[in-house]
Amino acid sequence: MFAERALPIIHGQRQPRLAKPLFPAGRGVGVRGACLAILLLTVGLAPGAARATPEIQTWQAPSGARVLFVAAPDLPMVDVRVVFDAGSARDGERSGLASLTATMLTQGAGDWNADVLAERMENIGAKLDAGADRDMTSVVMRSLTREPALSTAVETLATVLAAPTFAPSDLERIRENRLVALRQDQESPKTVGQKALYRAIFGDHPYAADPAGTAATITAMTREDLTDFHARFYRGANAVVAIVGALDRAGAEALAARVTAGLAAGERPPQLPAVAELTDGTLEAIPFTSSQTTVLAGQPGMRRGDPDYFPLYVGNHILGGSGLVSILMNEIREKRGLSYSTYSYFLPLAQPGPFLMGLQTKNAQSEQAREVLLETLQRFIDQGPTEQELTAAKKNITGGFPLRIASNGDIVQYLAVIGFYGLPLDYLDRFTSRIEAIGAAQIRDAFARRVHPDRLAIVTVGDNSAQASAISDAGE
Amino acid sequence: MQRLMKRRLLAVLFFLLPLATRAAPEVQERRLDNGLRILVKPDHRAPILTSQIWYRIGSSYEHGGITGISHVLEHMMFQGTERFAPNEFSRIVAENGGEENAFTGRDYTAYYENLASDRLEIAFALESDRMRHLTLGEQEFAKELEVVKEERRMRTDDDPQSLTYERFTAVAYDASPYRNPVIGWPGDLEQLRVEDLRDWYRLWYAPNNATLVVAGDVDPEQVFALAEKHFGPLKAETVTPPKTLAEPEQLGEKRLLVKAPAKEPYLLMGYKAPAVADADEPWEPYALEILASILDGGDSARLARELVRGSQIAASTGASYSAFERLPGLFLFDGVPAKGHGIVDLEQALRDQIARLQTEPVDASELERVRTQVIAGKVYEQDALFYQGMQLGQLEALGLDWRLADAYVDNLAAVTPAQIQAVARKYLNPDRLTVAVLDPQPLADDQPARAPQGLGGLTHVR
Repeated sequence: MFAERALPIIHGQRQPRLAKPLFPAGRGVGVRGACLAILLLTVGLAPGAARATPEIQTWQAPSGARVLFVAAPDLPMVDVRVVFDAGSARDGERSGLASLTATMLTQGAGDWNADVLAERMENIGAKLDAGADRDMTSVVMRSLTREPALSTAVETLATVLAAPTFAPSDLERIRENRLVALRQDQESPKTVGQKALYRAIFGDHPYAADPAGTAATITAMTREDLTDFHARFYRGANAVVAIVGALDRAGAEALAARVTAGLAAGERPPQLPAVAELTDGTLEAIPFTSSQTTVLAGQPGMRRGDPDYFPLYVGNHILGGSGLVSILMNEIREKRGLSYSTYSYFLPLAQPGPFLMGLQTKNAQSEQAREVLLETLQRFIDQGPTEQELTAAKKNITGGFPLRIASNGDIVQYLAVIGFYGLPLDYLDRFTSRIEAIGAAQIRDAFARRVHPDRLAIVTVGDNSAQASAISDAGE
Repeated sequence: MQRLMKRRLLAVLFFLLPLATRAAPEVQERRLDNGLRILVKPDHRAPILTSQIWYRIGSSYEHGGITGISHVLEHMMFQGTERFAPNEFSRIVAENGGEENAFTGRDYTAYYENLASDRLEIAFALESDRMRHLTLGEQEFAKELEVVKEERRMRTDDDPQSLTYERFTAVAYDASPYRNPVIGWPGDLEQLRVEDLRDWYRLWYAPNNATLVVAGDVDPEQVFALAEKHFGPLKAETVTPPKTLAEPEQLGEKRLLVKAPAKEPYLLMGYKAPAVADADEPWEPYALEILASILDGGDSARLARELVRGSQIAASTGASYSAFERLPGLFLFDGVPAKGHGIVDLEQALRDQIARLQTEPVDASELERVRTQVIAGKVYEQDALFYQGMQLGQLEALGLDWRLADAYVDNLAAVTPAQIQAVARKYLNPDRLTVAVLDPQPLADDQPARAPQGLGGLTHVR
């Protein structure tokens, strides 16, 4: 029904990276890791507790994998999400390694080539996908719980995790298609800008590199790189298995055991290095043949489990995280009509992920829009939220909580995040009360300590060279 | 092409009968005296609901000179009524923990609020207010029009594949309003006036041109009573749909080249194809949907297996068709060639695939796999309340009966290999074809980008 690109067009920006896609399902092409990464971001940002917070059961599988399970008996289906501490932050010099390894999982495993693997799953209506973001590799499976569908799906997932083939001919194909996708990334001002911004924010930290890799690193990747990466990181002790579906505890235990049965125990890799604060503001003006200039600004933000998580989360919700009613949206779109979309977000990772702001506007007014963006941030840091803004934000976050844990697809993502980052099991239960407890002074204090407008990395992508040179001259 | 493929798959997954394992909740239906149709689908899995209002208006109702007006009006629906100031709508929904948005398509414009199940009245109070009492202020219009122009730049002008699709559509159709982009042509946006919107609003935003859909943890009788309270007092409007701009028969293959800054070429091919309302035989649209899945229903389908993996001609490729549109549409193919291959190879490979479908019946196992996926998809879809509401609203907005959903799986399951072959021969015919090729032009970043520069603080920048 949703014929092609004949839209529909959506009124508000979907809150970038926070909203569910309007069109679910379907398979992606090109860099699958990118799609998965976006899904992962949706998680853990906005739970709370109303009635019926899912009851999480947890145990350790024989492989050493940690399992989190929520029974959801209403629909005859199960969602399984296996995550490893094997994100692109573990790539080392070989940028794109985690993502390429994940992509190759479904290209052949055990005795099955890619054709057979795809048929095995699709013959039973099951879905299987894999990808990597900065912190984790995720392998996701959805199946009906009736037999023999479930056994087939579980067997396939287990084999894909434990015994991927990494056939050289498949690697060559995947490599070439990844190179095509990387060139297509260069067509998108937003993607070009985001990659540059991460480099500017994270410097020599592994988070600086894009999970998809670069043309040079992808070209240089060998099969041995992949097999080594798999052998090192696809380990029981390094895995979290999240399960939501129509199973009882015994069924879930059997599933988790089987899925991870082929994984050696191994151990968790060492912690990632700390992220250094920026010492100075930077501006990179990337010339681009486009009608708009994409303006992005950011700096290191916060990590999962950060002591300032809740004040920063609520504060950002008010500043630029609440879609059509955020302060940024009001200043940039509602008052001035400068941009269709504008937003800010913290992306909490194992180490501090970025705090990021953005918009896009026609080239001629990019300077004005950037000024409003930065002034709005500065004013928010100086003044903090009003009581009215804070009350509205709390009502939105807590009142909307039931929506965010309504589906199995939502819950399984929460479970993976809770398990991966070691968040407390009562995280969902306590979320609402922790939101309620935040005061305006706490937000102001947290933003003053944690967000530094004089040390922002700024990237512009557009036909804006004249404006950029005027600014950088003034800055010297 | 991600977009193409995702959307088509969804189309296939959309309208299926429930499995025997679990009966779908009954849909309850009511019509108010003013003509507003209401559909309620109870689903008590979680204490939430989705409230959606679907208007029968979209870009395919627009005439030349005002293209994009339906979408601009949709933006203006958030810009204040006699009772509420601009953006107040969004603020109230947000304070009630709700998610809300709207979208405009060729055949409909829809607004929704997702809320906890005790907040339904908020949605009804606000939606009934803006159905007939929009302010459409001059100042808000001027500002919002700029927002829409930025939206167009972002979605279309600076995205080479989107731009290719827009120009492709304009060539593929000779007369059908589907030739116009939903977001409107730039020149039409320039000349749009708030008076145009006032007329458009009065014509189409009326209870007798809308369907209200509520799905979730609700009691249908209570929903009907609340709807009567809020929407009941609204007056009906005389709604006169525009005369159809019927698409004449195509008289041979059409081709176009789109030159735009890009790194990779892109191929789009579209064959004129009927929708459910205008097919010669009722089974044809269903056979076309199955055909699309045979080609592109997952990684085991023919395009992925044979063009991406087998011959490795395509880096990515997809096929797409939708039976449910108001007017006849297109059966689409798209793709990006793999290394060592060009657009010519890719087009030939796709034509070879079509020829095979025309000469050989599809394998029984392929057909069975598509059916299985369709049935599983129906189960998965029940995990997403919003889409359950959406399928009802969309069918009604297209002027079709929502009960068509009930027959959908049976109609798909009844498709035979011979019928698939027949529609391939009849519709995937070169005389009905339009081919567009994106011809990449240099991007400015082909020169080295500037190195980042330290600024010593951003005082000067701000």
